[in-house]
Amino acid sequence: MPSTTTVIVGAGHCGLAMSHCLAARSIDHVVLERAEVANSWRTQRWDSLRLLSPNWMTRLPGYRYRGDDPDGYLSAPEVAAMLGDYADTSAAPVLTSTTVTSVRAAGGGYVVRTDQGTWRARTVVLASGAAAVPAVPALARLVPAGLTCLTPVGYRNPGDLPGGGVLVVGASASGIQLADELHRCGHPVTLAVGEHVRMPRTYRGRDILWWLDASGVLDQRYDEVDDLVRARKVPSMQLVGSPGRTVDLNALSSAGVRLVGRLAGIADGVAQFSGSLPNVCALADLKLGRLLNTVDAWAGAAGERFAPTAVHSTPLGLDLRSGEISTIVWATGYRPDLSWLHVPVLERKGRVVHDGGVTACPGLYLIGMPFLRRRKSSLIDGAADDAAELTTHLAGYLDALAGRRERSAS
Amino acid sequence: MTTTETPVDNGVNVEALLGVRDALPGTPEIAKFQWRSTVSWVNGTHSRSDVETFYGFGDEQQHHTTFSYDIDHPLQFAAQDKGATPVEVVLAALGGCLTAGVAAVAQQRSIQLRSVRATLAAEMDLHGILGADPDVRNGFSGVTVSYQIDADATAEEIQALVAQSQKRSAVYDIITNPTNVTVEVH
Repeated sequence: MPSTTTVIVGAGHCGLAMSHCLAARSIDHVVLERAEVANSWRTQRWDSLRLLSPNWMTRLPGYRYRGDDPDGYLSAPEVAAMLGDYADTSAAPVLTSTTVTSVRAAGGGYVVRTDQGTWRARTVVLASGAAAVPAVPALARLVPAGLTCLTPVGYRNPGDLPGGGVLVVGASASGIQLADELHRCGHPVTLAVGEHVRMPRTYRGRDILWWLDASGVLDQRYDEVDDLVRARKVPSMQLVGSPGRTVDLNALSSAGVRLVGRLAGIADGVAQFSGSLPNVCALADLKLGRLLNTVDAWAGAAGERFAPTAVHSTPLGLDLRSGEISTIVWATGYRPDLSWLHVPVLERKGRVVHDGGVTACPGLYLIGMPFLRRRKSSLIDGAADDAAELTTHLAGYLDALAGRRERSAS
Repeated sequence: MTTTETPVDNGVNVEALLGVRDALPGTPEIAKFQWRSTVSWVNGTHSRSDVETFYGFGDEQQHHTTFSYDIDHPLQFAAQDKGATPVEVVLAALGGCLTAGVAAVAQQRSIQLRSVRATLAAEMDLHGILGADPDVRNGFSGVTVSYQIDADATAEEIQALVAQSQKRSAVYDIITNPTNVTVEVH
């Protein structure tokens, strides 16, 4: 059985950042990748998608963007190419087409089974992603037969849809982008809106992420926030990777997208929408106001403010059998797929319990989750600091192990 | 928010509530609650609702006394007006729930409340309950809640209190989202 000090599961940006940091400390490791580097960027992104963060912000350990469009946004193939180059220049020890089938604790370390053989490792880093599979609510099974159902993972372009009305469920980054794209292609679009994070693309003449980066908002640490459970559940920002273009609910509704409340149920083929739309919009407007106040407090003087989200009387029900809706897009989020993890670190809903990526099982680490160690942990730009700190912790653990062995040998 | 010299006290024991939340990961079963009411017909449209027991925190629980509510319809409905109408009780429940939330969130955010007053109104079309127009629903066509709040806080902080209270309100959720209701006869 081959053995190594550290197995990293997943060769996305987090796994590669971790590999780069481990290599800098000469910690022997392999990166196991089910397909090829940046697989999800190659296979699970719609055609028009661009990164939500600008190119200058696409930073990884030992890498920064040096192209001629720092304020642009990479397309998915460009992200995949960038990560492929990063893996090459880092000489990351990636084993591609190697699917991990189980990880178990054994003999003070871990046994990692794959479809290409079994590895033994003293430490394991879970880097297979927070968004491995779409999270579709259970009520999706109540959708009447005959409707086309899609998720952002499977969707490629408007050609995937039959003609007719579209119900987009979810108004975070994926939902607002697909609602916008499908509306522009002539589909009547209804957008079901729950809690969301309203965000202008530009503020005071700069990309909003420039302000959040410069003012330190994105650096806020997980042990500094009042309510970490809530902070880790905050939906993605309503952003699109397009210079200067804000796609918030006001922009969508004035373009003709119909807003309704959160999809709360489906009864006898009728979709039922929550009457909470005014409040979720008020919450998002207030939260944006507080964020901009924070930026202003850092920058000095006051910037512009955005009109409150306009909420008109909205239908509470929509008959899915009437023919008005032909497609439902479940933009209801994503979740990790850790079905192969057989180490007792999962809570009752199957999520890994961790303290900033450090699990209670010594030597088992997690990276690439929302607000893992900082607000920016969910962005590509967040991987560098998280990987550096987890590598420090992992190296300390290895030193302690080595010290224990030396003491027991003497 | 303004720092007051005396500690903020809205009469809400936030520490106890947060203590329950902290205990949940280890004992999720304590979160399972059942609320109960018995309703007895008195006469005409007059009935009396009693609440006495509930289940929660892993055990049978009891109010310190039995609360009774008379429910009736007004004289204008050719009834005896022995109590509030059921739909008014719903408004009372919504206002009570949201206002409890305002107090709790204010306490958590160290905002001293001086007065809180909610005025609730619900629109309804009698064509529904009279069966006169199948296109009109029985229930409210809309509910508005208007708050007047005097507190040591900015206008934005007060708006955020009210928004957060809605986000965490049981009755707001019950009214804005569908609920399965099963009615049996024994």
